[in-house]
Amino acid sequence: MSAAATEPGPPSASHAGVIGLVADPVLGRPASRRWWIAFLLAGLVTLGFLGCITWVLVAGIGLYGNNTTVVWGFPIANYVWWIGIGNAGTLISALLLLTRQPWRAAINRFAEAMTLFAASIAGLFPILHLGRPYRAYWLAPYPNSMELWPQWRSALVWDFAAIASYLIFSFLFWYLGLIPDLATLRDRARSRGARLAYGVLAFGWRGSARHWQRHDAVYRAMAALAVPLVVSVHSVVGLDFAASLMPGWQESIFPPYFVVGALFSGFAMVVTLAVILRWGLGLQALITDRHFDAMGKVILAAAWVMSLSYLTEWFMAWYGGDPAERGVLRFQFTGPYAPLYAAMLACNLLAPQLLWWRRLRTNLPVLLGVAVLVNVGMWLERILIIWNTLSHGYLPSMRRLFQPTLWDWLTLATSFGLFALLFLCFVRLLPAVAMHDVNKQRHEQGGAA
Amino acid sequence: MALQYSPYVTGQGITPDQPVPFSHEHHVGGLGLECRYCHGGVEVSRFAGLPPTETCMTCHSQLWTNAAMLAPVRRSLAEDRPIRWRRVNNLPDYVYFDHSVHVRNGVGCTSCHGPVDSMPLMRQAAPLTMGWCLGCHRDPAPHLRPESEIYAGHWTPPADQAARGAALIGHYGIRTAHLTDCSVCHR
Repeated sequence: MSAAATEPGPPSASHAGVIGLVADPVLGRPASRRWWIAFLLAGLVTLGFLGCITWVLVAGIGLYGNNTTVVWGFPIANYVWWIGIGNAGTLISALLLLTRQPWRAAINRFAEAMTLFAASIAGLFPILHLGRPYRAYWLAPYPNSMELWPQWRSALVWDFAAIASYLIFSFLFWYLGLIPDLATLRDRARSRGARLAYGVLAFGWRGSARHWQRHDAVYRAMAALAVPLVVSVHSVVGLDFAASLMPGWQESIFPPYFVVGALFSGFAMVVTLAVILRWGLGLQALITDRHFDAMGKVILAAAWVMSLSYLTEWFMAWYGGDPAERGVLRFQFTGPYAPLYAAMLACNLLAPQLLWWRRLRTNLPVLLGVAVLVNVGMWLERILIIWNTLSHGYLPSMRRLFQPTLWDWLTLATSFGLFALLFLCFVRLLPAVAMHDVNKQRHEQGGAA
Repeated sequence: MALQYSPYVTGQGITPDQPVPFSHEHHVGGLGLECRYCHGGVEVSRFAGLPPTETCMTCHSQLWTNAAMLAPVRRSLAEDRPIRWRRVNNLPDYVYFDHSVHVRNGVGCTSCHGPVDSMPLMRQAAPLTMGWCLGCHRDPAPHLRPESEIYAGHWTPPADQAARGAALIGHYGIRTAHLTDCSVCHR
């Protein structure tokens, strides 16, 4: 880790120290009280989430506030938001690997876990918002007795393929990175059960030169695949809107704008998790100011790309001269959702401006505050993309506002419970930091110095 | 993947019990009744129709009047209550199947219902899956017959069916381009 060269880290950040620091919470100590409290709380909220899902399956999607005009509501906004959260994990592990950013090593493992969990939760919402969710498998192209296939021209079918391949790929990429660390856990485990479990999961990794050579080659190849994948997945999410004919949606800027938006909210979530994880697992030696500094810069840069996107949207709506587009633009700024729009701009554009200063980037309360605001702002952006356009379509007689119901809010709120539950299990059972990667960076740094 | 094609799912080949063990083999194969004698609506209606008790009684008021097998038929007439036959070929209600359009455009009974004249008890001869319907709607020519053959108990395509079928498409004026549109069946 290059941070060790510039910043004096605690003595525990040595080769064996890294392994002790990361592997010990998994193997050695019993779970702390605060972990159990968090686990029980997350479990309860997850039960609530399961309840929401069950009830919507039983009672139907009329539970949600969607009406005949605003036909997409919370489920799609939640879906876009959650899948956006997932974006950063893949970018951190793949893009930063390809661009040889050594600081990624300490955060990529839990960022990838975040991707996996967020994308899994995201994948639930498109199914939940179907009127007949038990027919969701009709989206898959499989030979059937109806001789019927999905409609390939629909962006929602692309979505199905995008989410499915993204989930499978994220899992494989994450697991491939885990194998050497699972072998480390296998070798350090004292109980027979743990040795057996990690031994099975580690696939007989011996750490030979041949293993490492192939592991690195596959990992790099997958990273090179991951970047176009993650860009296309979020472009497809953007195309759900941009491939339509609605004013405010039919914009060619949407695919890159959604990718950057996803990166923006994803990095904000990584910052949030990094702060919690560093405190919870005592990883101050590994997740240093340097990481928060770098992630703050990414968030700031993404905020400016988002600003440029908003400006482009506004300018093109005016410059295009289409009355419907201009109408939606006017509705954004003066309609009933205008306060939310202003709040979104404040969260996404103004709040990240604090990150111009290094002192504030490495000030965790400030950074955490900005990260949370960015995530709130990005959720507002997703719901407002739906509300503004659908509430103010072409036909004035069809214009209606959206009133979220209790179930809308409950489903959104309780989905965090499942995320927290999965994440808590992850930090208890698997190494939250890629130990082999961190040590490799340390080694290269040491060799260079 | 094969389960969805199995008779367990499609109902193909299943012979349900009936209140009266009506034999098509006897009435059609043996006695030579034509299909339309009992299923009178087949040329004009979406439903081919099941004959009412009165149709049975055109003969059985005189024939086999004491047969135990026919007791439910006599009771049905006496009590003025229809016989509760069990449907053998059943489509979901979101499929609008029309018998008349098929029998008036060259599709014979046995193409879909099998050799009914040799069935002692009625069974579902075809899987009735959408893929099975589409097979013919995509390429009807191999199955088309001239008007005189529609109600034939057994029909095997002649050697030159390819040419005949193509000619029959023109003869009946079938617009093949739209046969697989969703709105043809799912209205």
